[in-house]
Parts: sequence; structure tokens; C-alpha cells
Amino acid sequence: MFELFDAVLAARLQFAFTIAFHIIFPAISIGLAWYLMVLQGLWLKTGRDIYRRVWRYWIKVFAVVFGMGVVSGIVMSYQIGTNWSEFSDKTGPILGPLMGYEVLTAFFLEAGFLGVMLFGADRVGRKLHFFATIMVAVGTMISGFWILSVNSWMQTPAGYAINEVGQFIAVDWWQVVFNPSFPYRFAHMMLAAFLTTAFLVGGVAAWHLLKDRSNSAAKLMFSMAMWMALIVSPIQIVAGDLHGLNTLEHQPMKIAAMEGHFEGQQGAPLILFGWPDVERETVHAKVAVPKLASLILTHDPEGYVPGLNDFPKADWPNVPLVFWSFRIMVAIGLAMALVGLWSAWARIRGRLFTASWLHRVAILMAPSGTLAILAGWITTEVGRQPYTVYGLLRTIDSASPLDAPAVNASLLAFVVVYFVVFGAGIFYLFKLFQRTPSLNERDIKLGQPRKAAGITPIQGLHQEGH
Amino acid sequence: MDYVLIWAGLMAFAVFAYVVLDGFDLGIGLLFPFLRSESDKATAMNSIAPFWDGNETWLVLGGGGLYATFPLAFAIIMPALYAPLILMLLALIFRGVAFEFRWRTATAAGRRRWDLGFIVGSVVAAFTQGIALGALVQGVHVVDRAYAGGWWDWLTPFSVLTGVAVVVGYALLGACWLIYKTEDDLQRFCRRLAFGLAWALGAMILAVSVWMLFIQDPYMKRWFTYPNFWYLSPVPVLAVVVGLALLKAIRNGGELSPFLLTIAWFGLSYFGLCISFYPQIVPPDINLWQAASPVGSLQFLLVGAAILIPIILAYTAYSYWVFRGKVNPDENYH
Repeated sequence: MFELFDAVLAARLQFAFTIAFHIIFPAISIGLAWYLMVLQGLWLKTGRDIYRRVWRYWIKVFAVVFGMGVVSGIVMSYQIGTNWSEFSDKTGPILGPLMGYEVLTAFFLEAGFLGVMLFGADRVGRKLHFFATIMVAVGTMISGFWILSVNSWMQTPAGYAINEVGQFIAVDWWQVVFNPSFPYRFAHMMLAAFLTTAFLVGGVAAWHLLKDRSNSAAKLMFSMAMWMALIVSPIQIVAGDLHGLNTLEHQPMKIAAMEGHFEGQQGAPLILFGWPDVERETVHAKVAVPKLASLILTHDPEGYVPGLNDFPKADWPNVPLVFWSFRIMVAIGLAMALVGLWSAWARIRGRLFTASWLHRVAILMAPSGTLAILAGWITTEVGRQPYTVYGLLRTIDSASPLDAPAVNASLLAFVVVYFVVFGAGIFYLFKLFQRTPSLNERDIKLGQPRKAAGITPIQGLHQEGH
Repeated sequence: MDYVLIWAGLMAFAVFAYVVLDGFDLGIGLLFPFLRSESDKATAMNSIAPFWDGNETWLVLGGGGLYATFPLAFAIIMPALYAPLILMLLALIFRGVAFEFRWRTATAAGRRRWDLGFIVGSVVAAFTQGIALGALVQGVHVVDRAYAGGWWDWLTPFSVLTGVAVVVGYALLGACWLIYKTEDDLQRFCRRLAFGLAWALGAMILAVSVWMLFIQDPYMKRWFTYPNFWYLSPVPVLAVVVGLALLKAIRNGGELSPFLLTIAWFGLSYFGLCISFYPQIVPPDINLWQAASPVGSLQFLLVGAAILIPIILAYTAYSYWVFRGKVNPDENYH
């Protein structure tokens, strides 16, 4: 049974599986850390108790999500070596320092101040406690900065040379860090993290509003979440479009797969739906808008858009997967923008907290950001195959010299453990979401004298706050 | 200036910081089965809850730093230690989530399950780290810049011994941490445990040190050639002195001193290990200079490390200072 996949395929599946689980947690951590920072800042500024209550509600969620992000993240940093040792040897001199900077500038910052943020409220002053929250929030973003720089360099390598033993070495660190796709990918991912969190918060708030429209904490959460949806979704669509244009410039084959274009052409249609058939090199049952792809990608209805046939077929990525994951991401992004507009309309008419259909849709959209992130990463990661360093190092030449049974066994172990542990974690998150947010957290605590890490970290402030 | 040597020193420091810091919080997991009451368990858990995440970050620095500064060593060691490292990662998942999950579950049975995950995770993480150490000391089969052994090479009597030694060592660190952080019955109990564990660790250090000399010639020659013998003899002598001082401190009611002396004991053992290793990084074939990144990479990261590591140490110390003193089970910040 341990020969199910060959060693390289098992290693690829393992990476895909572990990183798909992992990315969810830091994405929510980034958004929640900034949300908590804003809430705490508003509380310090206005003294209104409601901000503190909402802060307390989400800090517990943050503690659970952050913990899962840490442990699933350590796996990623070691997996590069265990399963991809050839890649490690060749890219270490260039990507290793970037990851080193991530640890030094972000991980220690987050971990060092997380303890104070969760447990330190009654040991340090209010301002210092707020400072700890700021450091954690800033740390999450710095972490994103470095790791997206690493990923972007693999997609659009720049500023490098190759030495006598075949390693990539840096010629210009600025070009390495700020490689061509990095600014777009970083902006796109940070906006995605904020939207993911906004829709999560909005969905939870909507669920509580459906039960009780007068719940003031749920109202605050829902209102803040819908402002985010209204403002950030359109920005994200623009950022995504710019990222796509950047990909067209540097990875045209990926764009061809995303668009489902087998033949390069002028005046290319935008294929909305269809089924790409790689063998026959055509898209079945397609619904297309003439010339729109050329217009979007080249800003000229007769512009030339590359096709897969411009490249050797052996180098094509998995076209249907890239084609479909891209469409799922785009559809979710458009739905997010629509919800934002709907909420604005409801808000203008004074019905934001009573529009029950809006609330139902918001509940449905609670996991939308997570799904969009997964779909988007599948698009970009599958789309850059068969390379780990685009155009330079093939995936097949990146793997460790391991026997298939070893990699299959570890793949199985990761799948089992992740479903058990993170399944339980997600279950606990749902239990946290079930708590009615307007209840004073202190009242809950009285019934259960010893509860969770981070459950009343702001207890000291509570006493001062009155 | 030899950047390779500077980075070898920094990496050695990062690994040592990890061993000592995560060592004591893994040690709490090792002692967990011996804590009877829920209040003792909560106290032990609370004593490390604000720190474990920061402690484990040193492990990421160790891995990420090795990838950056000695990529060839990283590329050889990781596949060579495949099974123990994967087990370690899975074990760290179980013990890491237990900090949150044990408070999230509604039932006593649920809590016992996550506590079991915390215990088993801690034992497996400590044991596999010891195995990894032993397997590296033994040497790794390398052909053409790549690991060329099988996927069970790491498992030998020697690596099992080092595995047990690390478990004992972490348990001692954990017991001494609890002596420092607790009072009364729990503290007395930890003193008894620490006293026995200190003897056991002394025996382990002796056994590993002697066995190691016979593993490869360079180890023996490093210690037993003239004049090295005279320069290096203070290391084992100091180790004996520190060990005796530790036993005395545990007996005589030292609060923080047993923990600090244990760290010193770890430090001396670790220093001895580094002396034996130098200049190898993947024994017996790869030395530091062969494995190192090009000097441009070493310089680029050193700029950041030189500025950031002191800052990191400062705010890490600050967070320990914020949570200084005894853990008061009634001080209910949960």
C-alpha cells in the first residue's frame, strides 16, 4: 500500500495537502490580528465597552487559529528539506536568507508578543498591551511579505546567477526580493486575507443577527465586515487584474491555461465556461464573449493573446485544473463585491441589521474567502508546473532521493493527523462562533472557573474600564 | 573575516537556544503524566503557555537558518533523518494544539484526550530530536552532494541512547523550571523528580560521551592528542563540578539555581559535542566550508541577524520578565 504514488508525485501531493491546510490559518490570522488591533485602538480611543467585548470574542478565535498556523507552518519549513532536498541545495543561497529574514523579523516578533497579547493584559499597562497587539499584527504582515517574496521569486526569478555547483546565487538582492511578480502577489494575498476575515466575521455576525436583531455586538461586527466587503472587494478585483497582466508578461503559458486558449490569436474571446480537452486541444461546450480576453489582457480588442500551442505540449500544466480553479476564484470575488454593494444599499435604506436575506447570504459567504484563496493558489501553483523555479528548475529535478514507500507513508500520516487535529480545531472554532457575542464574557467565565488560554486576557482592563 | 565560522557559531547558538528553551517546555509534557491533580496540570501548563510559541521559533530559525547558510547540509540531513523528523513534526502538532484545545473541549474525557496528545507529542518530539542528534553524530552516507543511505539508517543502538538521553535531559529542564515557577507540594514533588533525573542525566552524559569517542577517529583524536587533551580537559571537569552543584542546589532549596545550573550543564555537554564535531557539519564527509552558502548570501543575512538577534533576545527577555515569579493558580488570567 505504500507504493501508491511514485516518490515525486507523493511529495507533490504532500506539499499541496499540507500547504492548503496551512494557508487557511495564516490568512485568517493576518486579517484577525489587524481587526483586533483596530478594535483595541477604537476601545482605547472611545472607551466604549462594546469594542472590548468584540475584541474578547475574537481573541479566542485568534488564539486557536494562530496555534494551528504555527504548528502547520513548522511542517512547511522542514518539508522543503525532507521532500525537496535537491531544490533546497540549489535555492538555499537565494531563498534561504529570505526565509531567515522572515523568522528574524516576523516569527519572533509575533511569538514574542503573542504571550503578552493573550495573557498579559493584567500584567502590563493598557498602552503596552495595545503595543503587543500591534506588534503581532505587524508581524503577521511582515511574515507575508517575505514568504510571498520567496514564492514570487520561484514564479518570476530575478537578480540571480548560477554557480559552478548549480546553485542559484544572488547578484542583486533588491531584484531578488522585489522580483517582478512580488508586488502584485503580495497586494493580492494581503487583500485576500482581509476579505477572508471580513466575510468570516460578517458570516458569524449575520448568524447571530438572524437570531437576535438587537444584539449590539453582532451589529458592530456585521457593520464593520460589510464596510470591508464594500471597499476592499473592488480593490481586490483591480489588484487581481493587475496581477493577471503581470502573469501574462512573465508566465504567458499560465495565462493561456487559465483562459483555456489553445491557439494564440488576435481578438481572443473570453471563455466564461467550458471543458478544456487537452488531448483534442479544444474547449467543449464553451460560452464565450468575443474579443473580451484581448480587451482585458491587452487593452485592445484586436490584441494578440498567447495560446498553449505557442509552447511545447510536454511543458503544459494541468489545464482543466488551472482553468476551473481560476473561474471559482473569480466567481467568488465577484460575489464578494456584490454582497458589498447589497450591504451598502441596505445600509442606505437603514435596513442593514434587519435584511434577513442579506444575513442568510452573508452566512453562506462566511467561508468564501478561504475557498477563493485555495482556488487562487491552485491556479498559480498548478499553473507554474512543471517547474519549481519557473523555466529554470523542474519539479522532477527538485525532489529528495527518497524511496516511494517513505514518502507515501509520511503522506498518509500527514493526511490522518491533519484531519484529526485540524478537524477538531475547526470544530472548536464553530463552538466559539456559537457563543452569543453580546453576553459579557465575564459572566460566562463565572460558571467555568478555569478556561482557555486567552479567554479573558483583558480582565485587568475590564476593571479599569468602568 | 570568515563568514562561514561566524554562521557556524550563530547556528550553533540557535540550536542551543532551541534545545534549552523548548527543552523545558517539552519537559513539562514529559512530566505531565506524573502530575495528579487538575490544578497541578493547569499550573504546569500555564507556566509555559506564554512562552512555548516563542521557544519553538528557534527550531524554525535552526531549520531556516541551515537552509540559508549551509544549504548542502540541510539538503543532506533532512532526507537522512526523514522518519524521525516527520515524526517530530507530527508530534509537535499534537502538543502545540493541546495548549488551546484542552481548554476548548467541554468534557473531562475530551481534556484527557488532548492531555494525552500533549504527553505523547512531547515524548516523541524529545525522543526523535535525540535520535536525530545521535544519527548525525554517527555520520551520514553521502555521494555526489546528496544523501545516499536508506530510510532506516538513523536507527541504531547509539541513536536510541541519545534519544533517551534527550528525553531525560528535557525532563530535568522541565522539573527545574517547575521548581522555579511553583510552590509548596508541587515544588517539593518536582525537587524529588529533579534529583533523580539529575543522576540519570549524569549517567547518560557519561555513556554518550564515552561511546562517541569510539564512533569515528576524529572524535577520539580531538580529545586525546597532545596538547588538545590539556586544553580541553576543563570541559569534562567543569561538567562534573556543575553536576554536583546542581544536585546540591536541588537539595538545598534553590529556586532558580537548579534551572540555571541545568542550562549550564547542557551548555557544557553541547560545547563538548561541538568540539568533537568541528569542522564537520555532516560527518564524516562534509565540512562547514563545503556546505556553506556563497559569501554573498552569508553577508546578506548576517546584516539582519546582527541587528535583529539582539533585539529578539531583548524582547524575549522582556516577555519572560512580564510573566516573572511564581505561577499563582488563583491568578486566573484564563
